[in-house]
Amino acid sequence: MADLHLTADRATTAESVAVDAALAAIGVDSALVMEDERLVRGGTHRRHARRHALLPALHALQTESGWISPGGLNYVAEVLQVPPAEAYGVASFYEMFRVDEAPGHDDDVVHVCVDAPCLEFAEAKIASLEAEGKHVHRSPCLGQCDRANANDGPALFIQGRQKANSVPADAPSLAGELWPLPQKHEPGLKLLKRVGRVDPTSLDSYVAMDGYKALARAFELGAEQVIEEVATSGLMGRGGAAFPTGIKWRGVAGADGEQKHIVANADESEPGTFKDRTIMENDPFALIEAMTIAGFAVGATKGWIYIRGEYPLATARLESAIEQARAAGFLGTAIAGAKSISFDLEVRRGAGAYICGEETALFNSLEGFRGEPRQKPPFPTTHGLFQQPTAINNPETLLNVLDIVTDGGAAYAASGTEGSNGQKLFCLSGHVTAPGTYEVEFGPTLREMIDVAGGVTGGELKAVLLGGAAGSFVGPDLFDMPLTMEATRAAGASLGSGVIMAFNEHTDFEAVCIRIAEFFKNESCGQCVPCRVGAVRQHELLIRSKGKVMNGELQLLEDMDRVMKDASICGLGHTASTAVRSAISLGLIGAN
Amino acid sequence: MTAVESTTAKSANGMTETLVTIQVDGRPVSIPEGGTILDACSKAGVSTPTLCYAENLTPVNVCRVCVVEVENSRTLVPSCSRVAEEGMVVQTDSERVRHSRKMVIEFLDTSVDLSQTTAPTSNEAGGRNLADWAAEYGADSSRYGPAPQTMDEEVKIQDNLYIRDYDKCVLCYKCVEACGDDAQHTFAIAVSGRGFGARISTEFDVSLPDSACVYCGNCVAVCPTNALQFKTEFDLREANNWREEEQSVTRTVCSYCGVGCNLELHVQDDTIVKVTSPNDHSVTSGHLCIKGRFGWQYVQPTIQRKPS
Repeated sequence: MADLHLTADRATTAESVAVDAALAAIGVDSALVMEDERLVRGGTHRRHARRHALLPALHALQTESGWISPGGLNYVAEVLQVPPAEAYGVASFYEMFRVDEAPGHDDDVVHVCVDAPCLEFAEAKIASLEAEGKHVHRSPCLGQCDRANANDGPALFIQGRQKANSVPADAPSLAGELWPLPQKHEPGLKLLKRVGRVDPTSLDSYVAMDGYKALARAFELGAEQVIEEVATSGLMGRGGAAFPTGIKWRGVAGADGEQKHIVANADESEPGTFKDRTIMENDPFALIEAMTIAGFAVGATKGWIYIRGEYPLATARLESAIEQARAAGFLGTAIAGAKSISFDLEVRRGAGAYICGEETALFNSLEGFRGEPRQKPPFPTTHGLFQQPTAINNPETLLNVLDIVTDGGAAYAASGTEGSNGQKLFCLSGHVTAPGTYEVEFGPTLREMIDVAGGVTGGELKAVLLGGAAGSFVGPDLFDMPLTMEATRAAGASLGSGVIMAFNEHTDFEAVCIRIAEFFKNESCGQCVPCRVGAVRQHELLIRSKGKVMNGELQLLEDMDRVMKDASICGLGHTASTAVRSAISLGLIGAN
Repeated sequence: MTAVESTTAKSANGMTETLVTIQVDGRPVSIPEGGTILDACSKAGVSTPTLCYAENLTPVNVCRVCVVEVENSRTLVPSCSRVAEEGMVVQTDSERVRHSRKMVIEFLDTSVDLSQTTAPTSNEAGGRNLADWAAEYGADSSRYGPAPQTMDEEVKIQDNLYIRDYDKCVLCYKCVEACGDDAQHTFAIAVSGRGFGARISTEFDVSLPDSACVYCGNCVAVCPTNALQFKTEFDLREANNWREEEQSVTRTVCSYCGVGCNLELHVQDDTIVKVTSPNDHSVTSGHLCIKGRFGWQYVQPTIQRKPS
């Protein structure tokens, strides 16, 4: 085969069949590669044309064989014309792929979450699973923090061997139980208004609950006016960076490029975050409609949902919803009767890498490269997915667009507070009575939110991890701070992805902080020196100082934080020390 | 980089180029449009440490040792890859810049064997090497505890042409680029793994002879830390007989084919010990093929070849 050099290892028939099926599902015909070879398409073109199929192909191999075997990798390399060294570089980047033939790859792999709040239940569960002979993998946050408690233990995710992946806690939802929220259904809910009431597997049910009315309204308004309404609304991104959505969309609409993209960043991996899972599992059509509106607004005909690999139920529901929407004419060409408008969607699964929630790392991952962030500028609005203009938004952000289009940007801007318009989803977890996804109009304080979730359990509230592992701990002096963009910013904190993780007075903060440091160490992509080494040195420092970070060590920690903030390529490095340093300044760990 | 003094200038090919002017440490510097901050620093005579940058490779801006402070930028920016924009105000020696550069050097020094990173790692000819920069910024690697985690790799000796000592690897990606679309288009190696466990590797770490490697040696030529070494150099170093200061370098033309690649023969004790090509040579840009790079034994037929 051409000029690819492959080792003598060959795929089993089962492996090649599995890969072919995965490729066919995304429109890549593996038989065509021979044909293409005769067309003398060389160099960059050949490397990129089918490269985006690499991740789905690796998923198929992993599921079939329980690891990425040399023969299987060779087959993928040959079919996609990806050099095997590069394909190996990609495979070895992800948590869900294993590239060694260690014993155990014949089993299902049970991923056990070891991040707070699962942390305190994890080791006991791992011990009992291992005693049962299960193959266990210690996993970073699985996005089920609402389910962690002393009775049920930590969050679990089962990576299936020769069968679909699954989450044990999804069983009730799969059996038709609808209500996923601790929050009582209130008339004020907007983002979650259908959640628990609509049948997430039925387009008819969605349409019966005002589904696709916003898209019809968007067509009435016209693309430019939709962007105008979004800009007027003051909507800011809900993924953590709080960038104004209207500005982003204007940038994409005005960018040169024949092909533009809408990407939903559903790689929800920030420890403590599970709100997007709530949306996607329970109201998948809403995300699809919102993305369709976004595509119409910015002139993108192609949409992608990059969803984290550990969300099998959300993935299945989105894929089914996309099929139904396409069959009903809500996706494809001439959507919803608008002859000139085309928009279609594809779901792509991540494979276990926190960094792929960084937007440019996500693009690289989706394109079939290692999930390493790109240096910005250039920005995604002009050089995004496949180097084409791209609007990439968090699912929650996109969901807000439905009401903005329906009710107008001005009405949206009138809700919330001065600097934070509209509704917000918060992920409450840890030592609260009723963990879960909560929707409020911007304004309540941290203490009020914890009260909404039934208050603290197991003792007095000592601290809250606000914004996730990339956020910071806040103590009693900020419990009465309104949870708005402006108030948190003024306090030197951040709402991040809406994480409110409560810790009572009996928490072992040293263990929590060491785990946070380990999380960043494990999740750094390794590309830039400040983060690759800094995250390791921070973890070492915490272990070395046994929770008593003082004097010279304190200075070193600060020095490391500064270089990671100043000189890392992306937000992972920028925020890798934030939580630990806040824990020290609050006296949760350290000498104070 | 063509020297230019006014707001437009004639480039080497006679075209008029547009210039951009930026401030480097308070002084205006004009460079052709599309040039980087590092180009402007070089033009201004400002010495900048670099590790992953090479003039014959696409900048990957991963080592972060060349970072500078740009007014209104929240973070520091890598000077090697950031294109200079009209009116940019750049500080190359501020406290923030010095701090980050110092920390990057400390991080590398505690992780990697930098003992053979002796070549200049600067944008100036004959400039400072990494140890000089470490002294300049006051790097102190002793403050990271008794046993900071290191690369901890064994030397890979798989053939008679070059060795790989990943204990010395700073993951600058240069070898990957030279093997890939910046020069050779062989793609025998890539970055594998993640985080501190990331390594330069063939697929499943198969040996080089089993991989796609064509032994052009262009990866060796671009390696800044001697993690990749010609076997001849490695053997002499092992024998404690590598005397770089006594070596002569003779420029000649490769005799194998008609392309005209220039070679630099590095000679010690009347024996060729390695072959390079000048980065500024118009034919090679520093890159060679296996014949030019390794096929020089015929020049000294008395040297006995070792069985491989």
